[in-house]
Amino acid sequence: MLILECPYCGVMADETELAAGGEAHLKREGPGSSDADFEAYLFDRMNPKGVHFERWRHASGCGKWFHAARNTVTLEVYGTYSAQVSEPPKALVTAIKRKVPGWEGWM
Amino acid sequence: MSEAVSALAGATYDGYCKVSDAGPVGMVTLRGDLAAKGFGAAVKKATGCAVPGQGALTSAKGRRLAWMSPDELLLFCGYDEAGTLATALGAALAGQHALAVNVSDARVVLHLEGVGAREVMAKLTPADVSPEAFGPGQMRRTRLAQVAAAFHMPDAARFEIIAFRSVAAYVFELLSTAAQPGGEVGLFPAGE
Amino acid sequence: MSARLEGYGRLIDRSQRVSFQFNGKRLRGYAGDTLASALMGAGQLVLGRSFKYHRPRGAVASGGEEPNALIGLGRDGRFEPDQRATTTELFDGLEAVSQNHWPSLAFDVGELNTLAARVLPAGFYYKTFMAPRGAWVKIFEPFIRMSAGLGRVPETADADRYEYLYAHYDVVVVGGGVAGLVAARAAAAGGAKVLVLEQSAHWGGRAPVDGGEIDGLAPDNWVKTALEDLEKAPNVTLRNRAMAAGVYDHGYLLAYERVADHTPGDGRPRHRLWRIRAGRIVTATGALERPLAFAGNDVPGVMLASAMRDYLVNWGVAVGQRIVVVTNNDDAYRTALAMQAAGREVAAVLDARERVTGALPDAARAAGIDVREGHAIAEVRGHSRVKSVLAARQKGAGKAGEEIACDAVAMSGGWSPVVHLWSHCGGKLLWDDDAAMFRPDPDRAPTGADGAGFVLTAGAASGALRLDATLADAHAAGKAAAKGAGGKATRKAAPKAVCEPEAAIEPVWIMPAEAGPEKRMKMWLDYQNDVKVSDVQLAAREGYESVEHTKRYTTLGMATDQGKLSNINGLAVLSQALHKPIPETGTTTFRPPYTPISFGAIAGEARGDLFQPLRRTAMHEWHEANGAFWEPVGHWRRPYCYLRGGESHAEAVAREVSNTRENVGLLDASTLGKILVKGPDAGRFLDMMYTNMMSTLPVGKCRYGLMCSENGFLIDDGVVARVGEDEWLCHTTTGGADRIHGHMEEWLQTEWWDWKVYTANLTEQYAQIAVVGPKARQVLQAVGGMDVSKEALPFMQWKDGRLGGLPVRIYRISFSGELSYEIAVDANLGQGLWDRLREAGMGFGMMPYGTEALHVLRAEKGFIMIGDETDGTVIPQDLGLNWALSKKKDDYLGKRAQERSHMADPERWRLVGLETTDSSVLPDGAYIPAHGKNANGQQNTQGRVTSTYYSPTLGRGIAMALIHRGPERMGETVGVPVHDGTGRVVEAKIVETCFYDKEGAKQDV
Repeated sequence: MLILECPYCGVMADETELAAGGEAHLKREGPGSSDADFEAYLFDRMNPKGVHFERWRHASGCGKWFHAARNTVTLEVYGTYSAQVSEPPKALVTAIKRKVPGWEGWM
Repeated sequence: MSEAVSALAGATYDGYCKVSDAGPVGMVTLRGDLAAKGFGAAVKKATGCAVPGQGALTSAKGRRLAWMSPDELLLFCGYDEAGTLATALGAALAGQHALAVNVSDARVVLHLEGVGAREVMAKLTPADVSPEAFGPGQMRRTRLAQVAAAFHMPDAARFEIIAFRSVAAYVFELLSTAAQPGGEVGLFPAGE
Repeated sequence: MSARLEGYGRLIDRSQRVSFQFNGKRLRGYAGDTLASALMGAGQLVLGRSFKYHRPRGAVASGGEEPNALIGLGRDGRFEPDQRATTTELFDGLEAVSQNHWPSLAFDVGELNTLAARVLPAGFYYKTFMAPRGAWVKIFEPFIRMSAGLGRVPETADADRYEYLYAHYDVVVVGGGVAGLVAARAAAAGGAKVLVLEQSAHWGGRAPVDGGEIDGLAPDNWVKTALEDLEKAPNVTLRNRAMAAGVYDHGYLLAYERVADHTPGDGRPRHRLWRIRAGRIVTATGALERPLAFAGNDVPGVMLASAMRDYLVNWGVAVGQRIVVVTNNDDAYRTALAMQAAGREVAAVLDARERVTGALPDAARAAGIDVREGHAIAEVRGHSRVKSVLAARQKGAGKAGEEIACDAVAMSGGWSPVVHLWSHCGGKLLWDDDAAMFRPDPDRAPTGADGAGFVLTAGAASGALRLDATLADAHAAGKAAAKGAGGKATRKAAPKAVCEPEAAIEPVWIMPAEAGPEKRMKMWLDYQNDVKVSDVQLAAREGYESVEHTKRYTTLGMATDQGKLSNINGLAVLSQALHKPIPETGTTTFRPPYTPISFGAIAGEARGDLFQPLRRTAMHEWHEANGAFWEPVGHWRRPYCYLRGGESHAEAVAREVSNTRENVGLLDASTLGKILVKGPDAGRFLDMMYTNMMSTLPVGKCRYGLMCSENGFLIDDGVVARVGEDEWLCHTTTGGADRIHGHMEEWLQTEWWDWKVYTANLTEQYAQIAVVGPKARQVLQAVGGMDVSKEALPFMQWKDGRLGGLPVRIYRISFSGELSYEIAVDANLGQGLWDRLREAGMGFGMMPYGTEALHVLRAEKGFIMIGDETDGTVIPQDLGLNWALSKKKDDYLGKRAQERSHMADPERWRLVGLETTDSSVLPDGAYIPAHGKNANGQQNTQGRVTSTYYSPTLGRGIAMALIHRGPERMGETVGVPVHDGTGRVVEAKIVETCFYDKEGAKQDV
């Protein structure tokens, strides 16, 4: 039962107020994309053991989507941030690198 | 409008806290860019209320304006003036991308009052309702048991709870069950 | 026999007699007793029978770890099986029954299983039931059902109520013993908001029984002052009868408060489940004493040394007159000394250690107790009560034993810290060779959101068993917890403790060390599941190397006590058998709850009317009062049909369908989703959401639209109305309202966040009523107020106005093929409009109709229903809805997916109508077989029925089905097996999906 800070409300939201939305920062592939790219967009997920960027929605709260950077092993939450970005903030990535030396970094 | 009936039709329950239907309450959902130039002034002009900050609630002229999300406010007003206010807000924000709509009938408003009001709420919501974390002037959207709800405290011993109309009976029953005599926990210091 | 001792019993109040019943017999105890202490105080030593061999059993412990003393408690709505007598507080009128015996507790037929023990070894089930199938039904199952199982299942509904409580603390201290109180004081001094949980009704834990001195006070007195301090502190909450059941991610803690177990029927909730968020959790959960594995260690009268001491000191119950103590550590000498001081005879202390020095053994010797070094119990004699023990050398096979007469045995195999809560969320253990225990590894704590460990252990739970070490450790834990949770580290010092020094333990896993198979078959590890040393050794011989596999094979630790007494002994025996060191074997996984909690507590308030939120429309009460037979649709309840005087459901549906086709029907359509979409980019946005073009819809008009997921599959449908220049109102299915609103918001917030669009879910703002049928217009005209003629309000248009004085919006849309108006009104006026329409409709034969009539009406027209014709794998093309897929648009959600090879495959199953040749109604969901079998030997299929009804309009069964290349096979006949037991196959002809008014003339009048 996680607890994540909703970056919009500023409240620590219990997992039961939230809805999980899977891997973050997928790039949408539409008409004209190759079969391989489209398949990857629909189905390929990283599912890493360690640092993971996720989408969450404060469903029983403000209703807003947001992003969370989280460690799937230690459950450490590195930060939550706006849904309106296509990659994690640089400062967050730097902070994670400092905390997780072996991490391959944001791709 | 005399024929308008709130979903709970004036129901009340007296337990160790009192649960009651607030009756028909006017509500207007306003979506827009809260930080946009002229937005605050237009809202103030139409409603009398200042735009509240994150998680807060302002009041003026017997109305309340609550922060619901970074681009959404909820106005509480007289039931009969909600339509007019929605139109007025729409007109006042005509130059901006905004949405004002009367949602009075989509929701139910309940009151919970008494010394144990906080702990009755704590039986139903994962939000922290301890005096250290929550008090008058704040608005919290969360859930009560299995349904979405929002609440604020008009004063130190009272909660005003907003839920969807269709689950009005469920929410009323939840609160009444939680407030049943014998269920006192003594979680928070008396009087808070 | 057991007896109450004067001058003992710190927890009982001798001035308050309490009467209770055990197996119908009236007995008496004292206020402050547990059921176990009261029963033993009344001379009842045998409390139940074991699970597999039905051996007589008494209590072996005094707390939540008790495996034997399980009883059925209460009666009728308050009957509950498998309750621990050791943690059941005695109250006046308590009724208890022993379990797992037939015909009586004293004589049990199932005990014959003991004689058959040789053929019931570990894995007995797996080995035996490989036998012929018939044997299972005829022999094994009846036998197992009769002899296995614990308590009886309650037969009546639970009479009590339960509730949750969400609470938030900086620090939660689990355990109200001296370690917990010290930790709580330290945390509170650091400014933290602290909750202290104690599972029993009493504070202070073991210390008052074990002795010593804290800050110059006897433990009992120190506990009193510490409690007074904590009660005064504004930042501390104390709850007893509250057990921490489980620790979960990010400081989530479940606690189980037994509010009214000891005062049943007093109006309070029976249990309260605390759902706590804690910054830091301090587990001051103490340690559990381990039994020793010697032959006959389950005979009633054999008890943990600490438990024997507890019964004496806490409840004034002496378990025996003449006892033998058997141990591998110094602590058990406290029992020997206490029993002797209480005037009981201590026949001997058999200490497995070769050299026994140290303060406690010396004190025992000085008191004249016979301390035998290097000794063991070779065997306990006695059946339902200890009669004697055979003492022998620990190093040996235990053959030449000396018989010592006694009526009770106190055993101690050392102590295991209670590490459950530490381990629940990933805290790791280390094996401490010197102390012969697994204890928490402070460097590998479970981590929280901040990346730091959020569980700290305190006192014996850390492995610090001696009082002085316990208090120092607990103080440090409380101090660190406050700091970790954002408070300060207190500068106060830990209380000072005085206690006897103790010599080292010497691990003993089998007693005597070289005991042969005859003895090992009588050495119980898991009392409740009847698992013995021989079973674990057999598992090892049969190749079970993993402790997790051995657990499941032997059922060691799988009973309701979850192996609190057996796990460490069991894995040590396994390690020996595998010739591996203990840490390499490891422990099994510790899972919540710590001890069983009630289903009621888990359900909380969610029972009866509150089981699920039930959604009601504004006209719900009217439906209820007018014969509605309810159908759940999501959380909504919608009338399936309205029953009139004795008719069946099918008759009611047929009447409603016919009346709607012939006269006029009235439908509560309020549950349909209504989402307002507004903004300069709203049209562009809806063009992405729908497969159709919505941006070109003129203001004032309506259009039926389809929504697909990005995978191309149909997810929803409904009518969209353009209500303004930059404003559309999207109707969704009943079940789709919240989901589709969320879907829209997801795309707006996470993909096209620069598009200027706002949505508002107005589903519940409006009551929506459909007036349907050839006389619909006349009804509306009778209500009056709006021109609803074909010219003023044509098909697929909408109009605002007043109807019967009420402000409404009328949509001319039809889901039935009839002339139809859907009228939206503010929900609080819904009943008012419904009443006006009914009144006006009386002269036109109007009747309300329910969802089943709605389904039949739409099926007669071949209209699809999301969830019937779709199942998450169906694309619009499958349903012949290509006309709704805009060719003008470059993109919409699902477009790319629908170009994938499998989606564009002509071999897909596609929608057609089916007409049975005998006019019967096909079974719902029936599959249509094809020739041959697939690679798995299953019948090939060529389609399935998606909707099937009796059509009163046509007087026959009609159906829709997805069939392989369906539309290309018009007129062909397929066979549909009806699975009614006769093997009958009904012939059905493939026809068009629309069965009624194919030209659509009736709706557009």
